[in-house]
Amino acid sequence: MTRQMTGAKMIVQALKDQGVDVVFGYPGGAVLPIYDEVFQQNDIRHVLVRHEQGAVHAAEGYARSSGKPGVVLVTSGPGATNAVTGLTDALMDSIPIIVLTGQVPTFMIGTDAFQEADTVGITRPCTKHNWLVNDTKDLSNVLHQAFHVATSGRPGPVLVDIPKDVQFASAEYTSPQKARTSHYQPQVKGDMDSITDLVAAMETAKRPIFYTGGGVINSGPAASQLLRELVEATGFPITSTLMGLGAYPANGEHWIGMLGMHGLYEANMAMHGCDLMINIGARFDDRITGRLDAFSPDSIKAHIDIDPSSINKVIKTDIPIVGDIAHVLEDLLKVWKSRGRKVNREGIQKWSAKIAEWKKVDCLRFEQKGSVIKPQHALARLEALTKDHDRYICTEVGQHQMWAAQYLGFNDPNRWMTSGGLGTMGYGFPASIGVQMAHPEALVINVAGEASWLMNMQEMGTAMQYKLPVKQFILNNERLGMVRQWQQLLHGERYSSSWSESLPDFVKLAEAFGAKGIICKDPADLDDAIMEMLNHDGPVIFDCLVEKHENCFPMIPSGEPHNKMLLGDASTKDAIGSKGAVMV
Amino acid sequence: MSALKIKKGSTKHSAYNLRPTFSDTTERHTLAVLVDNEPGVLARVIGLFSGRGYNIESLTVAEVDHTGHTSRITIVTTGTPQVIEQIKAQLGRIVPVHAVHDLTVEGPAVERELALFKVEGEGEKRVEALRLADIFRANAVDSTLNSFVFEITGAPEKIDAFAELMRPLGLVEIARTGVAALPRGG
Repeated sequence: MTRQMTGAKMIVQALKDQGVDVVFGYPGGAVLPIYDEVFQQNDIRHVLVRHEQGAVHAAEGYARSSGKPGVVLVTSGPGATNAVTGLTDALMDSIPIIVLTGQVPTFMIGTDAFQEADTVGITRPCTKHNWLVNDTKDLSNVLHQAFHVATSGRPGPVLVDIPKDVQFASAEYTSPQKARTSHYQPQVKGDMDSITDLVAAMETAKRPIFYTGGGVINSGPAASQLLRELVEATGFPITSTLMGLGAYPANGEHWIGMLGMHGLYEANMAMHGCDLMINIGARFDDRITGRLDAFSPDSIKAHIDIDPSSINKVIKTDIPIVGDIAHVLEDLLKVWKSRGRKVNREGIQKWSAKIAEWKKVDCLRFEQKGSVIKPQHALARLEALTKDHDRYICTEVGQHQMWAAQYLGFNDPNRWMTSGGLGTMGYGFPASIGVQMAHPEALVINVAGEASWLMNMQEMGTAMQYKLPVKQFILNNERLGMVRQWQQLLHGERYSSSWSESLPDFVKLAEAFGAKGIICKDPADLDDAIMEMLNHDGPVIFDCLVEKHENCFPMIPSGEPHNKMLLGDASTKDAIGSKGAVMV
Repeated sequence: MSALKIKKGSTKHSAYNLRPTFSDTTERHTLAVLVDNEPGVLARVIGLFSGRGYNIESLTVAEVDHTGHTSRITIVTTGTPQVIEQIKAQLGRIVPVHAVHDLTVEGPAVERELALFKVEGEGEKRVEALRLADIFRANAVDSTLNSFVFEITGAPEKIDAFAELMRPLGLVEIARTGVAALPRGG
């Protein structure tokens, strides 16, 4: 059966055939034919954002929380350039999204036409792949390829740029089954010899550790399940990067907390002192490794990753395994079981005792006293009052993000949406909108700082229009907290432009959008205020006034190794040397 | 002694690990990259090199299979072994890239480059230029009473040597194609 249709209709058809139910977007001249088709159907819901950056972050939140790719539809020129931050964010965090951009008609490309931009040129370095479609007969095939590329191998953002005349012209539609999904077929099975090597190392290791990352979550629920089975069966301790939280439950027996710059003392000390490091879907990011030449000096390092370029990029790997996490873990478990489920019990017992000693340092200890709310206390209370809910957490970027990672517990994958690699302030609010679209009945909370939150505050309009009851939990210290912390530690307490002046009244701001605003400044009122937020059926802006100069600890100062952590303000004097000061 | 069978820093399994991956010595490698000849593919490859701070010593590209629309990009690059491995891995994950061959480690390869030299001069210098061109098997493809354009093919080192000799003889302009390379043997 051949089906002739216009390019615009083809786009909607391709989205339906790919199982898309929500598109985040913003119309404009170069996508009007597509919007006309969207108008005339009911299968795909269009969410009108208030800024294209919001559309991309919303699609990221949708994708990260559902495991399905997120879809964005924006116009040419400024529509496309506004999407660039979101694309870069998705590239850094390996989030599968498909961005469709309108383009000026083919015969006007290169003439500096109104709202023309070289979209594929601009987005080439910030997408996994992109296409400019010059002919309607190629369009459906390219769209199916776009979904294939975005979701295969290491996931990532793709962009399809579609000139307006291509949307109007007609051609034959190609179904997903008949589409050429190109030669792009990344390797998913790991090399069995290397897997056997890893098993052999696991059998004798005295101080093993699992170091897991976002790759486990990207690989899908099966990977998290297999990881849990592996950890329970071996009894090895497990730590995770910011991106990997929830793959192994925070209430699991072998969980030793997040690692890295603001990771837990016990996790970082264990990474430093281990003799076998099993990296599963993490990428030795600089937030994790600290000083490279002093990174975990005595360990054999195994690295499981679907992206060959992640292996040996910054840290030399002794046992590299290229493959999909779920596939590799399945084989790993099989081989380990068939060889008699051996581990070095005696060694691991001593190792666990050592880790238990480090845990006694109680690095997240804080004291809530006086009349000002400590941000840690606010999050501890939020955790206590929401942990039994069907809960999804988003964050913005900064101190609040690190505190959220430290004080909230994630017991399942896909429950934690944060901008890890790019560190995009303004990510969390639109992401929470995307999450709520994917999970209409769930409790969706965006833990924010007041400065980050203002970066995409226009999305209040979106939340109201679509009746999305997202809770904006703002830890308001009237500072760019993390910037201020670094200025305190590195720049002689000269707080250059790091305070938030002329802040809005968040309660009135909420009310201006027709939403509910809550302000809380007294620790005694905190629980009631949080309950009021949870009980309100609609979007809430929660303005939680917190201690202004609280620092985020523990902290590995830049340029230092894992075992040189700062645990509190007393230890910060001259902690960062001149070499560390040049690093970010 | 560690009970683990794998030694730290061990070199296993893949050919590149036979070299010390994290050494500081800079190496020169010739890479052949087979790509779909689609718009923007060269920009992707060049953008990768500039974006990640890798070196390009020379780069040539042309479609080599007109029916299959595949092009061959030959890149000469320099870097530490670790950087060379990263370059190959990064090239390999570009979607329209089919294959990346490191001709420097995969066995002996033939490398050739074509260059055009414009040499201006009169009298003895002009005669000497012609005589050297003959020794280097360079052809005069254009001549006037006071200039030649020589065409020369060879390994990059041969062309460098020819350039050095021509310089005092009135060399005014050079155009080089960059390296094209194929592995030797079957």
